Amino acid sequence: MKGRLLISAAVVSLGMAGMAWSQGNSATAEIEKYREMLGDGNPAELFEMDGEALWATARGPKNASLQKCDLGLGAGVVKGAYAQMPRYFADSDKVEDLESRLMTCMVKLQGFDRAELSKKPFGTANYKSDMEALVAYVVGQSRGMPMAVPTAHPKEKAAFELGKQIFFYRAGPYDFSCATCHAMTDARIRMQDLPDLTSPAGSQRAYTSWPAYRVSQSLFRSFQWRLNDCFRQQRFPEPTYASESTIALTSYLATMANGATYQGPGIKR
Amino acid sequence: MASSMRVRALLKGDVTAITAIVSHPMETGMRKDGGKVIPAHFIQVLTVDVDGKRVVTSHLNTAVSSNPVFNFKVKGAKVGDKAVVSWVDNLGEKGSGEAVVAAG
Amino acid sequence: MKAKLMMGGVLALASTCLFAAGSESVVAARLKTDFHTKGIAKVERLDQDPVQILCSTPDLDSVPQAQQFALEKQQRAEIKYPADGKYLGDWKKGEILAQDGRGNTWSDTPETPIGGNCYNCHRISPQEISFGTIGPSLYQYGKKKGYTEARQKEAYGRIYNSKAFNLCAPMPRFGHVGALTEAQIKDLVALLLDPESPVNK
Repeated sequence: MKGRLLISAAVVSLGMAGMAWSQGNSATAEIEKYREMLGDGNPAELFEMDGEALWATARGPKNASLQKCDLGLGAGVVKGAYAQMPRYFADSDKVEDLESRLMTCMVKLQGFDRAELSKKPFGTANYKSDMEALVAYVVGQSRGMPMAVPTAHPKEKAAFELGKQIFFYRAGPYDFSCATCHAMTDARIRMQDLPDLTSPAGSQRAYTSWPAYRVSQSLFRSFQWRLNDCFRQQRFPEPTYASESTIALTSYLATMANGATYQGPGIKR
Repeated sequence: MASSMRVRALLKGDVTAITAIVSHPMETGMRKDGGKVIPAHFIQVLTVDVDGKRVVTSHLNTAVSSNPVFNFKVKGAKVGDKAVVSWVDNLGEKGSGEAVVAAG
Repeated sequence: MKAKLMMGGVLALASTCLFAAGSESVVAARLKTDFHTKGIAKVERLDQDPVQILCSTPDLDSVPQAQQFALEKQQRAEIKYPADGKYLGDWKKGEILAQDGRGNTWSDTPETPIGGNCYNCHRISPQEISFGTIGPSLYQYGKKKGYTEARQKEAYGRIYNSKAFNLCAPMPRFGHVGALTEAQIKDLVALLLDPESPVNK
């Protein structure tokens, strides 16, 4: 019997191997190969599993789970919710992105303190972020769904407009805005491709691949983390977690991606 | 760090693709944290059993990334078989996960 | 007819500027509420100068060219050229500086050396294949443009303040904001315009 089980095994190591680069084009091709290899399996699934368990666990001063949390499609509906966020929520009278909304639920249902929740939202090698696990679970439930961020409510329109203004806002020691790097096609910084977030195609491709597992950090990263690290590199001061500005910018980017199929959670170098 | 492991087994034609995503730091023992060496901590042996039979034994070292992804292709399995992936690391810690072979 | 046109102009102005009371825009006020100082990245970095305000317009074509030229001229007048009249430094130091992309983020310290960030956006020496494409290729810059003193002065000016030549260019104003010193800019000019630099080989 054993003899009949023919085995071919391929062990995929996610470590970046030293690459022999003779010229720019072959380097780009090698990076493309590396990306394909990453597509074989995504450790983000581990974080999704943790988040799914966390969602159903009774926690906080009120000892309740998040199973009654309304992410926009009704209490407890997770499937497809992320593909329609950020959106206006009548109960908070605000436009909220996923992370803001999760905090709203954790405050309302579980009795957590919002300021406390905002203190350490991003994981490190020695600190596991509950928020990022929850994000992994929720976004995973929108994989394969069309992006359909609502834009009808006046506050959704206002968020989109504010987000656009922030996208083009130049400041800091280097005069950078988001647009400095993300408003031209086929550009790259060093070897890193820069999506054109002002075009539907570029914006759709980029937005639908976040949140993502970062191989170089061995961590799952939320969209608020993505914006936070962009602003760091932009030489800006730090955006407050889930602040109106970051939600507005997310509204702008998410709305620009409308119509595309959500592909996340992604996997990045 | 996530705390778990995910296993998938999909039968297409006569080949079953088994994917295992393992939560593990895979520390090489070469990295430092604030001047202090982080001790080596990595999976040494990873095995796959299908329907109670050992079909893969792999010996790993530190050249594998943290939270590694493994893909194996196995012939001879059938829908409903149990695929079990297990590992042991250099500190003697163990983990395992399983999946029922499904039509892919 | 004339009245209609004027009204159109006023409306356009109102919709693009979005100014609140005083001179600060709504977006600037929002950002200053929502961002905070971290390390060396102070919240005051969100304050905009006239160049940054004008160049934040999403549709730059809507900004009258005369306004852009006036600001460029003002920026040019503020360039401090070397007092010794010499523009060429050491291209080897220039290459190291061009490679360095560190400095000025909240994860840097005041002691972090500030890099030139050049390869982030430009192709420069042919040996370095990890270069960005936001800016034009500078490979063979001297060979193509000539090694004259006028060229050296122009290159110095563009690194010192790119906005003095192209108002809304993506490139930072390295000298204008004090990110790079006079000696460092000279080293970068040498990287581009020293005939011995690998750029011109």
